[in-house]
Amino acid sequence: MLTILFDGVAYGMLLFVLACGLVVTLGLMNFVNLAHGAFAMAGGYVTVVLMTRYGVPFLACLPIAFVATALIGAVLERTLYMRMYDRSHLDQVLFTIGLVFIAVAIVHFLMGSQTQVIRLPSYLLGRFEVFGVGIGVYRLFLIVVCGALALVLQWILASTRFGSQLRAAVDDARVARGLGIRVSRIFALTFAVGSGLAGLGGALGAEIVGLDPTFPLKFMLYFLVVVTVGGTSSMTGPLLAALLLGITDVMGKYLFPAFGAFIIYTVMIAVLMIRPSGLFARVGTR
Amino acid sequence: MTPAGFLLGKSRWTLPELIFWAVAIGAYFAFPRRHLLLNEIAVLGLFALSLDLILGYAGIVSLGHAAFFGAGAYTAGLFAKHVMGEPVTGLIVSAGVSAILGFAASFMVLRGTDLTRLMVTLGVALVLYELANHLDWITGGADGMLGVVMKPILGLFAFNFRGSTAYLYSLTVLFLAFLLARRVVHSPFGLSLRAVKENQLRASSVGIAPARRIVAIYTLAAAYAGTAGALLTQTTQFVSLEVLDFTRSADALLVLVIGGAGYLYGGLIGAIVFKLLKDALSIASPAYWLFWMGIFLVILVLVGRDRLMGWPRAAAERIAAYLPGRKR
Amino acid sequence: MTAALETFGLSKAFGGFQAVSDVSLTVEQGSRHALIGPNGAGKTTLINLLTGVLKPTSGTILLEGQPITTLPAHERVRRGVARTFQVNQLFPDLTPLETVGLAVSERHGGGSSWWRRLGSDSGVLDEAADVLTRMRLSDVMTVPTSSLPYGKQRLLEIAVALACRPRLLLLDEPAAGVPEGERHEILDIVAGLPAEVTVLLIEHDMDLVFSFANRISVLVQGRLFADGTPGVVGNDPRVRTVYLGEEADG
Repeated sequence: MLTILFDGVAYGMLLFVLACGLVVTLGLMNFVNLAHGAFAMAGGYVTVVLMTRYGVPFLACLPIAFVATALIGAVLERTLYMRMYDRSHLDQVLFTIGLVFIAVAIVHFLMGSQTQVIRLPSYLLGRFEVFGVGIGVYRLFLIVVCGALALVLQWILASTRFGSQLRAAVDDARVARGLGIRVSRIFALTFAVGSGLAGLGGALGAEIVGLDPTFPLKFMLYFLVVVTVGGTSSMTGPLLAALLLGITDVMGKYLFPAFGAFIIYTVMIAVLMIRPSGLFARVGTR
Repeated sequence: MTPAGFLLGKSRWTLPELIFWAVAIGAYFAFPRRHLLLNEIAVLGLFALSLDLILGYAGIVSLGHAAFFGAGAYTAGLFAKHVMGEPVTGLIVSAGVSAILGFAASFMVLRGTDLTRLMVTLGVALVLYELANHLDWITGGADGMLGVVMKPILGLFAFNFRGSTAYLYSLTVLFLAFLLARRVVHSPFGLSLRAVKENQLRASSVGIAPARRIVAIYTLAAAYAGTAGALLTQTTQFVSLEVLDFTRSADALLVLVIGGAGYLYGGLIGAIVFKLLKDALSIASPAYWLFWMGIFLVILVLVGRDRLMGWPRAAAERIAAYLPGRKR
Repeated sequence: MTAALETFGLSKAFGGFQAVSDVSLTVEQGSRHALIGPNGAGKTTLINLLTGVLKPTSGTILLEGQPITTLPAHERVRRGVARTFQVNQLFPDLTPLETVGLAVSERHGGGSSWWRRLGSDSGVLDEAADVLTRMRLSDVMTVPTSSLPYGKQRLLEIAVALACRPRLLLLDEPAAGVPEGERHEILDIVAGLPAEVTVLLIEHDMDLVFSFANRISVLVQGRLFADGTPGVVGNDPRVRTVYLGEEADG
């Protein structure tokens, strides 16, 4: 039982890393980016290609996946995304769905539709027992890495100048601009980092959740759940939401395999009904 | 022009409209070997029309409209299999079930932002999908429901393998549904919906209670979607999980993007273009179709939907102005 | 006679910011009541509270003696309250005829009729045309609102409110942003409003305020600072200091 809990926590941490870029995008620019999952997919495929064709070790692939995806994100943001900031949500949805279709089609064409296999290094395989709880090495690795990332992110947000500028811009972009904060620069940087993190998450998660061209569509809802349930006004809300989601999903699949994802969806709908602005959102002026 | 003349003129049947329906019937005779495709276009057109009602007129963005399509599809299948095979009765029952479902779901889209609505509608469709998937002893699950046998329509018109009866059946249903929608849209109720969509604050400041209007149109739209689903089941004598898939919801959205939302014909024109394009492009591979759809969407949104989307209406007006007998 | 509108201890807080603080105001039937105050004093917030766009943090509102504090905005319209917005809130793609017609039709109760053709109810149309004529909008009644010049849009904003045949009309800076040459049209209309309609007006133009109003309330930082007849308020030195920002010269 505790093993399942542990697995759920690992899954939740992974979801957090994957989704945190979306949290800031949505909270900062009120931009609905349904293509976020495509960045994660990109990171995963970059890792696969590097490992299988060029023999790059797994751990080295992780930062490469991050940087590569961040670069793609930065380029796309400056060329395409930034024209869409003032458009309606429907336009943004259509635009990003279009991007997902393109990405999925390209990946399908280049890499085929089968699930990609990542051969983890041997020191990340296996399980061991601690007080009778089965701990998977890779899942432990995930928790450590993602946890560290979460802490770093929180530190950046809370204790650096960039972080406070970002928080100000999220709170009220107009006022922030009036204070001299370069909001568009902050956003470009945050978007790139968020996409990079998604790519990193994709690389990390390929082993656990599987990597194939349907990844962005499959996980789109999960990311959206983390963002809407967790709210966009802090990092802790989405973190808790991701953990909740991860644990519920893993436990649900284990305890009630017949119902699978059914529970997640119903819970999500229920939460959105009761608190349309998210479970942990601060009630603010927006 | 008097005020009455101006307003009444907006709901008068125009020549391009009549031409459209004449072509729709004419297609039956002009393409005798393509009745199955024509039938699919009619079904998709009705489904897109139902989405237009909530998207184009009430401004509700839904990513899960297939929920009602699927509900209607499965109801029709189950009805034919276990109760009776007469199509029209099944159609009415399916529409009713979808309407009830739509009514219940409508309360969920009243509150919250665009994003919340997106997720709630998506969630509802996913819940139904899972439900249909796990209740596979009723629905046939991923393999689909077999044994759906349709009796002649009203006891008179039997279905044949070429889809001839099917197309005329679907076209008739589509036309009747269209007539009703047209009436609703050009009524005070329809105007109040547009007002709610354009400025909800102002709408409530003139005494419009948005909630009730939205519930009403959402229920109607759900009934229409369910009718389309039922038509698909009845004319293909098969139903599977596909009817609840996300891609089905996305298809309807794409159709409206192609044809334009907010003037009722967008869903119909878009359905024709969509289906023909898909037929042509899917020959290579499914990824090919997805790629070009993606490019289309991106370019479309970048250029500006209004400029591109106005084209059917602008073209129709341009044509109509040159036709003889038209009053200026 | 029951006051047209009364508030008791009305307050609205946004997080830590107190926008409106303990406002107890009485607006008498048929009066021309002006609400003035420096920018950011909370005047528009107060109007939003009165019309139901915002929910108060505390306090009560009585309309003709009946509590309406928790009533939603559209219900208050049915009870006879109408307003104009400081920034035009109109329907961009609808024509003035449709906009005003909609308001009239809703009032007649036919708003949810889904069967009737638009334009077939002559009673509604006649009334709408009448309002449009009075508001000097007849010549543009079939032009989409977004194509209208700003001055006409402002007139339409007032027309829509009038079409609701309100007993209490709340005007939020009706002439705001209107070019100098067209202001008189709006001021004439405001001055020509029927006597039985109670008018609460937010305005910055002091000439208009003092010529139009028979009662003035001053709002400063969310609080009711002064309240009385124009003569009393106009001569109150505190008002002069706060509002005009300096000691009035002799």
